[in-house]
Amino acid sequence: MHDFTYRTASSVADAAAKVAAGEDAVLMAGGMTLLPTLKQRLAQPSDVVDLGGIDSLRGIQVSGGTVTVGAMTVHDAVANSSEVAAAIPALAALAGHIGDPQVRNRGTIGGSISNNDPAADYPAGLVGLGATVCTDRREIAADDFFTGMFETALADGEIVTSVRFPAPEAAAYMKFPNPASRYAIVGVLVARTAGGVRVAVTGAASCVYRETAMEAALEGNFSPSALDGMTASADDLNEDIHASAEYRAHLVGVMARRAVAACG
Amino acid sequence: MPKDGIGASVKRKEDYRFITGQGAYTDDIDRPGQTFAVFVRSPHAHARIASVDTAAAAAMPGVVKILTGADYAAEGLGGLPCGWQVTGKDGPMVEPAHPPLAVDRVRHVGDQVAVVIANSAAEARDAAEAVAVAYEALPAAASIEAALAGGAAQVHDEAPGNLCYDWEIGDKADVDAAFADAHHVTRVELVNNRLVPNAMEPRAAVAEYDRATREYTLYTTSQNPHVIRLLMGAFVLQLPEHRLRVVAPDVGGGFGSKIFHYAEEAILTWASSKVARPIKWTAERAESFVTDAHGRDHVTVAELAMDRDGRFLGLKVDTKANMGAYLSTFAPCVPTYLYATLLAGQYTTPKIWCGVQAVFTHTVPVDAYRGAGRPEATFVVERIVETAAREMGIDPAELRRRNFVPSDAFPYQTPVALVYDSGNYEGTLAAALAAADYNGFAARRAEAESRGKLRGIGLSAYIEACGIAPSAVVGSLGARAGLYECGEVRVHPTGSVTFFTGTHSHGQGHETTFAQIIAERLGVDIDAVEVVHGDTSKIPFGMGTYGSRSLAVGGSALSRALDKVETKAKRIAAHLMEAAEGDIEFADGQFTVAGTDKSVGFGDVALTAYVPHNYPIEELEPGLDETAFYDPANFTFPAGCHVCEVEIDPETGAVEIASFAASDDFGNVINPMIVEGQVHGGIVQGVGQALLEGCVYDSEGQLATGSYMDYTMPRADDVPSFSVSTETTPCPHNPLGVKGCGEAGAIAAPAAVMNAVHHALSSRGVSRIDMPATPARIWQALNAA
Repeated sequence: MHDFTYRTASSVADAAAKVAAGEDAVLMAGGMTLLPTLKQRLAQPSDVVDLGGIDSLRGIQVSGGTVTVGAMTVHDAVANSSEVAAAIPALAALAGHIGDPQVRNRGTIGGSISNNDPAADYPAGLVGLGATVCTDRREIAADDFFTGMFETALADGEIVTSVRFPAPEAAAYMKFPNPASRYAIVGVLVARTAGGVRVAVTGAASCVYRETAMEAALEGNFSPSALDGMTASADDLNEDIHASAEYRAHLVGVMARRAVAACG
Repeated sequence: MPKDGIGASVKRKEDYRFITGQGAYTDDIDRPGQTFAVFVRSPHAHARIASVDTAAAAAMPGVVKILTGADYAAEGLGGLPCGWQVTGKDGPMVEPAHPPLAVDRVRHVGDQVAVVIANSAAEARDAAEAVAVAYEALPAAASIEAALAGGAAQVHDEAPGNLCYDWEIGDKADVDAAFADAHHVTRVELVNNRLVPNAMEPRAAVAEYDRATREYTLYTTSQNPHVIRLLMGAFVLQLPEHRLRVVAPDVGGGFGSKIFHYAEEAILTWASSKVARPIKWTAERAESFVTDAHGRDHVTVAELAMDRDGRFLGLKVDTKANMGAYLSTFAPCVPTYLYATLLAGQYTTPKIWCGVQAVFTHTVPVDAYRGAGRPEATFVVERIVETAAREMGIDPAELRRRNFVPSDAFPYQTPVALVYDSGNYEGTLAAALAAADYNGFAARRAEAESRGKLRGIGLSAYIEACGIAPSAVVGSLGARAGLYECGEVRVHPTGSVTFFTGTHSHGQGHETTFAQIIAERLGVDIDAVEVVHGDTSKIPFGMGTYGSRSLAVGGSALSRALDKVETKAKRIAAHLMEAAEGDIEFADGQFTVAGTDKSVGFGDVALTAYVPHNYPIEELEPGLDETAFYDPANFTFPAGCHVCEVEIDPETGAVEIASFAASDDFGNVINPMIVEGQVHGGIVQGVGQALLEGCVYDSEGQLATGSYMDYTMPRADDVPSFSVSTETTPCPHNPLGVKGCGEAGAIAAPAAVMNAVHHALSSRGVSRIDMPATPARIWQALNAA
């Protein structure tokens, strides 16, 4: 890795000030993407501002049908929270299948969504559950947060502080993992909420997106059979050595049906 | 018998230090004044090197020395040698030069161009990025098919058409005649997928030159340090062996990839005298992917001729084997003498022909990887036998039984050179079928169908030639060295024992297995035995560990050395008890005089051997330290049957291994727990090849699977709990009656898994799936069918 200046932050405001002061500073949450990138010399930041010391960013609160997860909360904490499991079991299950135990004990929700890897699990969780991203400056609906491959609505230096999930009537996440990386080749979160059915897809395209045709089909008939014969359109889906666009399109249908079935 | 003797599942003596993090691996070795090396490597699969400019890099902080291919060439030193010459139909193989640092051309991504030595690894890396290499990129031939196509890019000028050799075994006309009489011919096309070895510990080396003694020391991640000393000293750097010490300390897995003599070892040793400071290099994982010799990579067409009853009449096999860009140490023998000679399998096939074209490509060299040729042979034989059974409508187990070499037919001369020494193929088949509940399969399949799943069962009745190797035999086949093994048993004055072995343990548990043999033979406690390996300054000689040879050859050398110790100890005991040497008996650590109650313990004899007060010095030399070399009379032939049952989700193509049962005949077993562990590990690697691991180069010769993000290693949740058992027919020609167990799982499993996958998919009209049978491939095939 190239040389950089490592800085700790005592508060969100302190972190924001330090990242703004650096010539080419980056924020580090769990470091699950940043550290390998640095080690492979693919990035050369001037400063790395570590959010790990800010206790206020860590923790889970459940009240009044809302689950609020602090940005620096690790996946393992979400996966093993009995309160999350009671309020939104799909969210706990999703977190419990990210990466491996090491990743789940270092990686954070804030880091994951700020990075917005097209095959990460949390983007489907946020969009599928209709979550709200809270930052040090504003609140952003999940539908508006993920804007493209590794792109989000965050402004330079803007820091995610927490994510607020409304508990759905029912929800389930089904993931078909890449056999090597165990990222999602396709991951689908289906939720039945007061505001309607939401079907969010990760892994298949350059960014998480909603399968609106499937949502419409499920509005009238929330059962797996409502999706019979439905697949995603293979146009614009990812294609790599692990899966063709057609295979991914097919898997979107399979995972969506299984998610609906798992909603019970 | 001592409780920790032969046949006991003794917990491994070495594991305490490994599981408490106290193993001492090459990268753990730090020498005073140590520098660090980073290699500048080609990003191109094929390019001409126009120039290498090191000026800017040399001026960077901490840089001690930068050496290029031109610097090496200027000293007139040797290239990396190949240890085996294969003679093809048209004469000896083409053996191009393999410079340790490329001079004018690079031939695969990762080919080393220069080495930067600096005070720290980070400084070396910074400077390596500043070495300016002007490449003129050239077209690449990155696969067998591309390399054999008309107009293909040439890897070496001296190998027209990229052909290393065109070799054959058997009389083709004779085999064709057998086919003319056939009732049915089964034909299969197979790809034996290329694999990246992925030992847990990446390769590393530390080289040091002592100006006072003019001695070089190389610590390296090797399975065979004496072979490295011989090759590097005699052929590459031209250093005399008495001033070249090679140490292979704790090594974290090899699987074959650490047999070979690699450029980095030679370059570090060479450079260490120039900088007069120790130099360390440790591969990064990405570097391992593009520099460790890969495995397998065959394309094969095979045909099996049968009579009306399914009896095999003849087998024809045409194989193209990828050698990569250069010939690695053992590469040429893998697809010939370790492959084609195993094509009889467990069967009495009377006529066999096999042709092998070895092909150069712009990829990392390919060499032996766990099983080395024998997995490829088993895959051909067991895939075609299973396919033939399905085509003929004969139960696959029954077809195998009809063609087995019977238990009373040993020694059995196959039509492809080998003489099988012993075996009981009916026995291992029956045990594996029982463990797998073969007869209950139909019910399980019906139950799976009711859940919408496709279920299949597959057999693999494998054989391997291990205990490498009878020196005269391999010498006649082109080996440039004999393959003896050496062991020295040093009994200390108080009766404890150090065993120096020329084999090398990099996960196999030798420190326990060999100690058990010594405890059994000498009646000493297992904790009174120390096993030393991996240091050319301590061990007389050794060929190392590969080819499931350590116990069959190294253990036999130990057994012979123990014979000598016992003979001498009896003479000392006879003196102590004032008895005739012929009357001395030795059992459970006690020497007794037949027909009397006189006895003396092994410890007393040992003490007498070194510090006697009253000793017949004129007749009997003091000391109790014996060395033996052992050359096997034949290969050993471990064999067995593995049965795999899979369930496939037709919606996603995902394969789940429902069960896996193995019955293996390894001859006598010293430590059943270690053997079981070896079988487990081998099966997992075989499952990895069948379902998960596929090394992919793109057409430009870039490695598309260069990290764990894309190269799928098998993990614990990819496999079920295995059913493993052994049947025993002792090896008749070595003193312990042992055959070897390290490679069996990797040899047997791919065919068992793939036969099961094909069986599961047959109901949907799918006839061919290549390894790795990934969900995407299976879904594609189901959709196309």
